[in-house]
Amino acid sequence: MFGQRGSSRSRVALAGALSVGLAFSLTACGGDSDSEGGSTDTQAASIDCAPYKAFGDLTGKTVTIYTGIVTPEDTPHKESYKPFEQCTGVTVKYEGDKAFETQILVRAKAGNPPDVAFVPQPGLLQQLVATGKAVEAPAETAANVDKWFGEDWKSYGTVDNKFYAAPLGANVKSLVWYSPKEFEEAGYTVPTTLDQLKTLTDKMVTDGKKPWCAGISSGEATGWPLTDWMEDFMLRTGGPETYDKWVKHEIPFNGPEATAALDAVGAYLKNDQYVNGGLGDVKSIASTTFQDAGLPILDGQCSLHRQASFYAANFPKETNIAKDGDIYAFYLPGKDETSKPVLGGGEFVLAFADRPEVKAFQTYLSSDVWANAKAKLSSGWVSANKGLDPNNLKNPIDQLSATILLDPNATFRFDASDLMPAAVGSNAFWKQTTAWIASGQDTKTTLDNIEKAWPQ
Amino acid sequence: MFAAILLFAAVVGVLLFIAGRFGGKRDRVVAYLYLAPVVLMLSVGLLYPGVRTIYESFFNAAGDAFIGIDNYKTIFTDSEQLVVLRNTAFWVLLTPFAATGVGMLYAILVDKAKGEAFAKALIFLPMSISFVAASVIWKFMYEYRPDQGNVKQIGLVNQIIVWLGGKPVQLLIDSPLNTFLLIAVMIWIQAGFAMTVLSAAIKAIPDDIIEAARLDGVGPWGMFRFVTLPAIRPAVIVVITTIAIGTLKVFDIVQTMTGGRFNTSVIANEFYSQSFRSANQGLGAALAVVLFVLVIPIVVYNIRQLRRSEA
Repeated sequence: MFGQRGSSRSRVALAGALSVGLAFSLTACGGDSDSEGGSTDTQAASIDCAPYKAFGDLTGKTVTIYTGIVTPEDTPHKESYKPFEQCTGVTVKYEGDKAFETQILVRAKAGNPPDVAFVPQPGLLQQLVATGKAVEAPAETAANVDKWFGEDWKSYGTVDNKFYAAPLGANVKSLVWYSPKEFEEAGYTVPTTLDQLKTLTDKMVTDGKKPWCAGISSGEATGWPLTDWMEDFMLRTGGPETYDKWVKHEIPFNGPEATAALDAVGAYLKNDQYVNGGLGDVKSIASTTFQDAGLPILDGQCSLHRQASFYAANFPKETNIAKDGDIYAFYLPGKDETSKPVLGGGEFVLAFADRPEVKAFQTYLSSDVWANAKAKLSSGWVSANKGLDPNNLKNPIDQLSATILLDPNATFRFDASDLMPAAVGSNAFWKQTTAWIASGQDTKTTLDNIEKAWPQ
Repeated sequence: MFAAILLFAAVVGVLLFIAGRFGGKRDRVVAYLYLAPVVLMLSVGLLYPGVRTIYESFFNAAGDAFIGIDNYKTIFTDSEQLVVLRNTAFWVLLTPFAATGVGMLYAILVDKAKGEAFAKALIFLPMSISFVAASVIWKFMYEYRPDQGNVKQIGLVNQIIVWLGGKPVQLLIDSPLNTFLLIAVMIWIQAGFAMTVLSAAIKAIPDDIIEAARLDGVGPWGMFRFVTLPAIRPAVIVVITTIAIGTLKVFDIVQTMTGGRFNTSVIANEFYSQSFRSANQGLGAALAVVLFVLVIPIVVYNIRQLRRSEA
């Protein structure tokens, strides 16, 4: 009956429909990448070019880097390339992208890889090598790695007995953040065994505190801090050999060893008496971002927070991070005082081109010269490079991490979730442990589900 | 960018030149010539990737072994994937009708009222905010702080709960409540679009019809039921289907607010997560195909409705 005017009305509607379609498509393309090169000339006079002579003259050449390291951590990186750029004439083009881990595979598969990528996960490294686009590390780089790094670090950059990627930076995950002031006032001592840690925790409860604070929320990556917890306890309750078998899936993900490890974590994180100081109940661990999780220590609302060395950057600038300051960290102890398992991570330099300037850059990054140059520039950074002089590190936490990494008694193990296939390491493991804390899913279901996700 | 513009100009120039060489009766040739670039670009940019995605959906995670319909089986049997399908159903069934309903109610209420333009601008504003920004805003709305010591709420929703004497709730954790809270964000964004289109349609209803209905003694409800609604029906359908298509593809809100955790994932988000996070190319492709298949009926219906009203 009133249909006659339909055509003009629906034209209006169509215009609206088109514009909303446009809005949808516009929202889909966010995220611009920073491709600013670090080639401004500074302090040219003070640089000693002798160590770079061997690379020869590479004037006018360019090396492109693609990495997940973004502001503010990218500044010391760019700065640390300057001596190399000025002495060899190479221009280093740095591209930092938060979505690196998903984009690098796409770029490699599409035949559009950068010259060099900083890969933070050996599992991803293997996938990248499998694309056939990566090239083996040059002999000079391999020689550097043999000289300056441990066997295990070299093995993380090796795929099918071919050496591809030298380690770049490293971090120590087996740390517990605390307030030295609070410890002194309350008369607590830093625990040196797991039992002592438990006793300390109970003592804090008796003193009317909620000792631990934790948070695992991290957007799509929610859950990763929890996998670190479990890996740390897997290393301690099962031992390094069991840990290796577990990583390689030689023992099932849901076996008795893993069950014991996750239950040991549950004894802390699923205990209402122990968590979640200043942040809520057990469930609040799931909704607290990992960046915020350790901050209640500053207000005295919690006393202990297990998180990696890079967490130092999350405290406000004026916080005094020192052995006798507001905040410091201790090594998450082993079963007894003699065993010293250390969980950590790091990045690896994978090249997709074998031009001379790329080789020279890889060799430079794997040298002790670069490690020390970088150490002087940055805060919240360490390397497993044995040529690194801990005195060059300014930050007390970096010095502590370097001491732990370079300790001959330490048994270092790489973050398991970074070594496992992506379907487990960056999906099921994160998701299931998150459900374990957020909806009270039991340990058995959690581990069974992760085991099920392991690629056949 | 500049190079692309130059290229575009060059292509158009060549086309015009060739087209100019054909005289009067060769309309058909000219038409094909003009169509050629479109067809070419659609094939390269849409057809090939589409066919390729369907092809890849029959392969395993690494894309190197044919596994038949296993990926589709996974989508419809795996407990985690079933949650994804359930959530997508919630989104598609709820968002279009709720957003259209809110938009329509608002359009009718403010129609010819005082300060109509201002009232409309208020509800239209969310439209101009990107999905990601809207998600960030609402994440703060839902933010939770514990009921401990001197800790203060920073999220509006929890603050209201506290004012009403309740305890703060971790809104984004509990499933399926969290999915509905995410849907609320989409409704908030889309209601403005629905309002704008429907308001225009309402304004297009001839005054004499309204006058006649009034003289016949029709009340407000009758006016809506027998006059307004039938008159704006085509616009309502377009609005509902458009929002439905947009909702099926929803990705930004889920990704930004929960990253698909706590059982909030939807097909588009799961597709991204499987393809790029989990490196499961086959399952990712299969999810994309399912999404594609689900959109088709809505698009077809939309086009048919448009055709009918144009006829």
